[in-house]
Amino acid sequence: MSSLRTPAGGRIDRADSLSFTFDGRRYQAFVGDTLASALLANGVHLMGRSFKYHRPRGVLGAGAEEPNALVTVTRDDARRTPNLRATQVELYDGLVAESQNRWPSLSFDIGAINNLLSPFLPAGFYNKTFMWPRSAWHKVWEPPIRAAAGLGVAPTLPDPDRYAQQFAHCDVLVIGAGAAGLAAALTAASAGARVIVCDEQAEMGGALLSERDATIDGQPAVAWVAASVARLAAMPRVRLLPRTTAFGYFPHNNIGLSERITEHLADPAPSLPRERMWQVRAREVVIATGAIERPLLFPGNDLPGVMLASAARTYLNRYGVRVGTRAVVAAGCDAAFAAALDLAAAGVQIAAIADVRAAGAADGPALAAARAVGLPIRACSTVLAATGALRVAAVRLGVVAANGNVSPGDTIACDVVLVSGGYTPSVHLHSQSRGKLAFDEALGAFVPAAPAERSRSAGHCRGINGLGAALEDGACAGAAAALATGHTATTPRFVATALDAGIEGTPGALPQLASVIPPAKAFVDFQNDVTTRDLALARREGFESIEHIKRYTTTGMATDQGKTSGLNALGFVAAESARKIAEVGLTTYRMPYTPVTFGAFAGFARGDQFDPVRKTPSHDWTIARGGVFEDVGMWKRTRFFPVGTEDMHAAVDRECLGVRNGVGMFDASTLGKIEVVGKDAAEFLNRFYVNNWANLAPGRARYGILLRDDGFVYDDGVIGRLAADRFHVTTTTGGAARVFGMMEDYIQTEWTDLSVWITSTTEQWAVVAVQGPKAREVLAKLVTGIDLSPTALPHMAIAHGEICGVPLMLFRVSFSGELGFEVNVPADYGTHVWEAIHAAGQEFGITVYGTEAMHVLRAEKGYIIVGQDTDGTMTPDDAGVAWAIGKTKHDFIGKRGLERPALKAKGRKQLVGLATVDPQVVLEEGAQLVATANRPAPYPMIGYVTSAYHSAALGRSIALAAIADGRARMGETLYVAMPGGDIPVKVVSPVFYDPEGARINV
Amino acid sequence: MLIIDCPYCGPRPEPEFTHGGEAHIARPADPSQATDQQWLEFLYLRKNTRGVFAERWRHARGCGRFFNALRDTTTDQFLATYRAGQKPPAVPVGGER
Ligand SMILES: [Zn+2]
Repeated sequence: MSSLRTPAGGRIDRADSLSFTFDGRRYQAFVGDTLASALLANGVHLMGRSFKYHRPRGVLGAGAEEPNALVTVTRDDARRTPNLRATQVELYDGLVAESQNRWPSLSFDIGAINNLLSPFLPAGFYNKTFMWPRSAWHKVWEPPIRAAAGLGVAPTLPDPDRYAQQFAHCDVLVIGAGAAGLAAALTAASAGARVIVCDEQAEMGGALLSERDATIDGQPAVAWVAASVARLAAMPRVRLLPRTTAFGYFPHNNIGLSERITEHLADPAPSLPRERMWQVRAREVVIATGAIERPLLFPGNDLPGVMLASAARTYLNRYGVRVGTRAVVAAGCDAAFAAALDLAAAGVQIAAIADVRAAGAADGPALAAARAVGLPIRACSTVLAATGALRVAAVRLGVVAANGNVSPGDTIACDVVLVSGGYTPSVHLHSQSRGKLAFDEALGAFVPAAPAERSRSAGHCRGINGLGAALEDGACAGAAAALATGHTATTPRFVATALDAGIEGTPGALPQLASVIPPAKAFVDFQNDVTTRDLALARREGFESIEHIKRYTTTGMATDQGKTSGLNALGFVAAESARKIAEVGLTTYRMPYTPVTFGAFAGFARGDQFDPVRKTPSHDWTIARGGVFEDVGMWKRTRFFPVGTEDMHAAVDRECLGVRNGVGMFDASTLGKIEVVGKDAAEFLNRFYVNNWANLAPGRARYGILLRDDGFVYDDGVIGRLAADRFHVTTTTGGAARVFGMMEDYIQTEWTDLSVWITSTTEQWAVVAVQGPKAREVLAKLVTGIDLSPTALPHMAIAHGEICGVPLMLFRVSFSGELGFEVNVPADYGTHVWEAIHAAGQEFGITVYGTEAMHVLRAEKGYIIVGQDTDGTMTPDDAGVAWAIGKTKHDFIGKRGLERPALKAKGRKQLVGLATVDPQVVLEEGAQLVATANRPAPYPMIGYVTSAYHSAALGRSIALAAIADGRARMGETLYVAMPGGDIPVKVVSPVFYDPEGARINV
Repeated sequence: MLIIDCPYCGPRPEPEFTHGGEAHIARPADPSQATDQQWLEFLYLRKNTRGVFAERWRHARGCGRFFNALRDTTTDQFLATYRAGQKPPAVPVGGER
């Protein structure tokens, strides 16, 4: 294999090679490689084009922090995953990856013209340039901008994979399995706590996997990792979750984990879900998420070949890959020396180590070790610029004077530049949990302060430096977490040796920024293409708050969340505005830490599993007869029953006439039903509904109206009195749950003096409405024990008997305006009774009708539907049902509300009927009404259409509308304003059909 | 997802509950005696507290009971839950941690 691969070492399996393609070209690699390590082993640094300027970009990091190397991995047309970090893509044999955001090819990208145009694409460019005229943005400007500036393309086919979801509980959740995390997990688990350890990488160990010489308790760090993971795996109360990212920290220690199960497999078993979303509820959390090295700011700092020193060390020690042959190291932090030492030992020529710090500032063991092997160290030295085309070719060094001024120095040829601007503790999860952050001046970093949850941070993520210190800190955190869950731990001691490096650094505000950089431009946020110049411009344009600067320049936004850029942006803004970083403040960290797929969030909730379905007794019967369903809440209700080639219009006309001229049946089982029982049941309903219930005799029913205490109509329904202390309340289909909850509220918290119980009986009763002049004749064939005659069972009467041999509660009620009954039977008998009524009705030509016909029939009678003809701001008087109010009652819910001046004022919208001048025109529901034709704009809207249908019985259209002072406008001509012109209408009574009500009382 | 300690059932996950707005707003005993201003305050004026807030919850998909809770709106941590009709317990200023 290539000469960049070391002869031995690392975590790859050199006996197991594989091949993959990148942009169509085939490469060789080993099991254990990531896409990034394999490409680097093949000498490929150019992995992507930048978001806005299409600049050539190589890999900057080696893990989740990678902002540049975003790729698309494709298994087939339906399995194409865009925007994956090449540093996190585990290779399998045959993997197909492509770079993004380039055309026609990665090395020759037309869009790179944006780079030449970059002086004209400053921060806020889109906001400034393309917002006028406003209408042009969506049609003219946005499409090509979106096409040119972008990330990968999502597949358009349905996702064929399955995604699992799992809830879990534990005493201690340890996030991150590096030195601190493993120490915490070992300590807590040894104390007997139930522990879950998650780590985003394929292999646990974190940064220890990148160590060469470090030892723990006398063994190499990687051997200690293997032994520790094996110990944990053998404990029954420990669950290890590799390849699992803690992406979000939600209240009450609810942590979202995203586990990747098959992404790394060449041929995953179909039985496996692709990913699993965990919702872990942890009593205590240990955050051990480590720290991320920062880039340095200089022109050309985004060229392929410029990468974090820690990443170069990871590629070498973990993957056996030399990232180049001749390196310049730019050090703002001791960590750079460890990388330089390892690379030099592996045969990479170190051309220079430019240490921005003054001699003496850096003289720890790392510097001493570097000196000892003769590495060319230049103190007070920095990189002024990197140059090259598709790969860095040289750097120009500068010499930093004591006053901070920089004078130009040598130009040095190289093929990689290792940058080390200090470490940023990964405080994302602590911050997401609403824990406070504090800026530590000595560390030059934000570290966790007081937590808001039962959590503690440990190790590098809270600014603890050095391997031994991190292990000890992790063990202490594990012990404290275990103790908090009632498990006493003995804190183990670790003996560690490592070339420790501090977190230190001077983030962003390197000396050259003040003197040389402007007008030169250095990249701060690589993923969003934000430069120092953009930040400076934002400042000049008056943006002071870091939150505003973030939004104006987009620094730290999107999937990157400022992992490598956040502190550099802050440092630069602070230096520019002569403030301290702590004064500039920090923007909020958002979840997810790294992107999570929609599939993982959706989990099982797809297709049939998306939402529960409530079915009525006639459900299967309807399917067998070709009925058409509509969704009403979770209910499936039949909208209409087409016969032959009928469309909805024809079917509804036929169904309506069937009811008016003969008899129809309708499944009304979805009506909400509540049984109200107790010696104070009548008093409760008296206080709850507007009506008077005290004088309702058992065996009788009444139309009830429910208000809220603001006086507006909330629900309605027929309420029957079954006995002195027992009522059967019906509600609207959609209002059942909220009415029940409102009843409970008043019973439990306001009227605790009342002896009353309520029970939801919606699911207990099946209801078949039988309506029409021949309804009695149909039921007479089936009902026993009830005298159906008009005198024995008048309108709004209730009787108990049997139908088809099952218990029957029969309501004589009508929502159609015809003679009507509602057959209530125990729900399990619903289908049987439905079919029996249908059979018995055949000789009378019974018509089965759906919700659409039901709506037309009730509208012909002017019966309102709460929520359609009312909108939450209508009083009973507005809706024309004030007659229902019990006038003698001292109080009921809404009575005081109705007395408010605005609810009694003139000019309120009142429900009336509308008759179009052209009887064949059916109005649009929601259309607005105006008083005059051909008026100049602007003109006042005086109302709107609430219901509109074609009425077959009347041979014309009908409509209900809410119109200001509507009842005083009877006979007036108004106009419905439509895009195609005004539609003239006449204001009429809302009762279109049988206004005397003669057809009901037969 | 919050964990809410129902005074009747114990700790349960948030999807079992519905939120009921600010607590301790009693419906006036005789609404007919309330002035328009008093009725307006009863209907609409709410504190929107930043910090410790007394609020109503209902264990709707559990025991069905209404109860009250003290929650710090800046951290979402509950300081106490207690039955409807009871006075809120005293809590340390600034919450428990
Ligand atoms: Zn409960």
